[in-house]
Amino acid sequence: MSVDNRIVFEDVSKFYGEVLGVNRVNLSLPPGVTSLVGPNGSGKTTLMNLMTGLVKPTQGRISVLGLTPDQPEEFFRHVGYCTQFDSFPKGVTGYEFINQFLRLRGLSGNDAHRLTLEAIERTGMGNAAQRKVAGYSKGMRQRIRLAQAIAHHPTVLVLDEPLNGLDPMARAESIALFEALGKQGLHVIISSHVLHEVDKISDQVVLMSYGYVIAEGKIHGVRTEVKEHPMQILVRCTAPNLLASRLFSEDHVVEAKLNQDGRGVLVRTRDAEQFYLLLNKIIVEEQVDLQAVAPADDDVNSVYQYLIGGGGGTV
Amino acid sequence: MSAATDLSASSLPQSSQLWLSQIWAIMRIELKKALWMRRSVWIYLIALGPAAVIGLHAINSPLGRYCNISDDTTILATIFQIFYLRGVIFFGCMGLFTWLFRGDVVEKSLHYYFLSPVRREVLATGKFLAGLAGSWIIFGGSVFLSFAIMYGHFGRAGADFVFHGPGFGHLLAYLGVTLLACLGYGSVFLALSLAFKNPILPGAVVLLWETFHAVLPSLLQKFSVIFYLKQLCPVSVAPTGIMALFTVVAEPVSAPVAVIGLILLSTAVLACACLQIRRTEISYLVD
Repeated sequence: MSVDNRIVFEDVSKFYGEVLGVNRVNLSLPPGVTSLVGPNGSGKTTLMNLMTGLVKPTQGRISVLGLTPDQPEEFFRHVGYCTQFDSFPKGVTGYEFINQFLRLRGLSGNDAHRLTLEAIERTGMGNAAQRKVAGYSKGMRQRIRLAQAIAHHPTVLVLDEPLNGLDPMARAESIALFEALGKQGLHVIISSHVLHEVDKISDQVVLMSYGYVIAEGKIHGVRTEVKEHPMQILVRCTAPNLLASRLFSEDHVVEAKLNQDGRGVLVRTRDAEQFYLLLNKIIVEEQVDLQAVAPADDDVNSVYQYLIGGGGGTV
Repeated sequence: MSAATDLSASSLPQSSQLWLSQIWAIMRIELKKALWMRRSVWIYLIALGPAAVIGLHAINSPLGRYCNISDDTTILATIFQIFYLRGVIFFGCMGLFTWLFRGDVVEKSLHYYFLSPVRREVLATGKFLAGLAGSWIIFGGSVFLSFAIMYGHFGRAGADFVFHGPGFGHLLAYLGVTLLACLGYGSVFLALSLAFKNPILPGAVVLLWETFHAVLPSLLQKFSVIFYLKQLCPVSVAPTGIMALFTVVAEPVSAPVAVIGLILLSTAVLACACLQIRRTEISYLVD
């Protein structure tokens, strides 16, 4: 894949005085949905601000689709950023907020109006667009900021905690929107504390802790690299006892736990590939009726817990 | 979503045309803020101060019964140089121009501009021009009002002075000097607001510099805004009192040189502001 289609960080560090923002970050993000995951203060927002030129790196180079923020006319034609700053210019309505920043792009009044209405429609803010933003709820402010970030049809969409303050319905709609954008080939970079929600739509993850990138890539790949935690695989079948007894004889199987309903077994193995080969063999030899096989900890939440710790779920 | 395709380069104006449209868009946003924000009330009040004083004078002396046009022309010139240039316009520009960027930082909304496809220099220029237009509307309007009241209260004699005498030229000169004062002080305060988190202290230093520029050596006087403005005033006002003792009479400059000198001074200061804004990062927490 061409470098011009990627977001590239080359040995990027950012220090705020003596405080570390991020350190020696090397990333090359392809299109699709990328989740930045990490606890508070891990450097997610700094990484996003660096990507969009709101802060400048102390060292290293960043390019987004081969462009840098030093070329704002071209750069911000492709990039939209919904920041975490819950603030707006004074006295604007939702419509004005989007429209006046579209006019800065050199668009005609008609084009800006059309794109403003389209963005308002996509984020479900049609009923509130003519009201002052100061009177909006937190969820509405979040949505109007999202509308402003997507209004110019960016190819790179950077979203800092975009699900904060949204009610369940709006969350589901937003997630569906992000997923759709990712499938259209856009770069959608999301930071979120709600791991199980970003897990559903992420093509790749970047795990951060204390300003360092500690893992990155496709979730399965990252999970496979975490050798010290055996993979958990849930097998649903008609003979879980038999399966468990056969599995115990294998060295790579650490644990085989029967489900309470008696129709499945949770296996912990150090070598997933060996396990799947073995499973095929047992099924054929023992005539076991297999109903389902699914990794139980091959998700962002588990990877987060293994690499960073904490309760997972909502970090 | 069709990516950025329908906003491709071909559908948008290029370079200078784009910059002009962006400057216009920025001016519309900023002018609205400068003229209508609640924070501007004190600027309107100080702008109306001299006009109110002249209004009281007009009420006390209906139809110029206790005064004459010659004396009042000198009084208006004194009010303009002392109250307008060193008071109203100086402090008004301080309030308006320092708030152009500081206001966005305080309201935490500067990042919206920084995330737009607008060069920082274009942003600074647009904001500056909006401040210039806003300040000229307010202070130019006040000067016009003062002038109208001062000569209006003489009735027909005042009208003759304005329309058949030197009065109209004086008015144009006052409005022109007001514009140049907004240009000069505006650029200085815009630059200070970008260089310092709290521009009040450096603003006080500028006030001292401008107030006592006359006692500085001739060469240094040329680095003050008021030096050029005084040269352009239609009626000169000689320094009086203790200031007269310490005044160093600098070689006067012609009107075109004064205008060009002031524009060059402002351009240089604005260029510094543009360099500063290019380096600016968004870190609202430390502001």
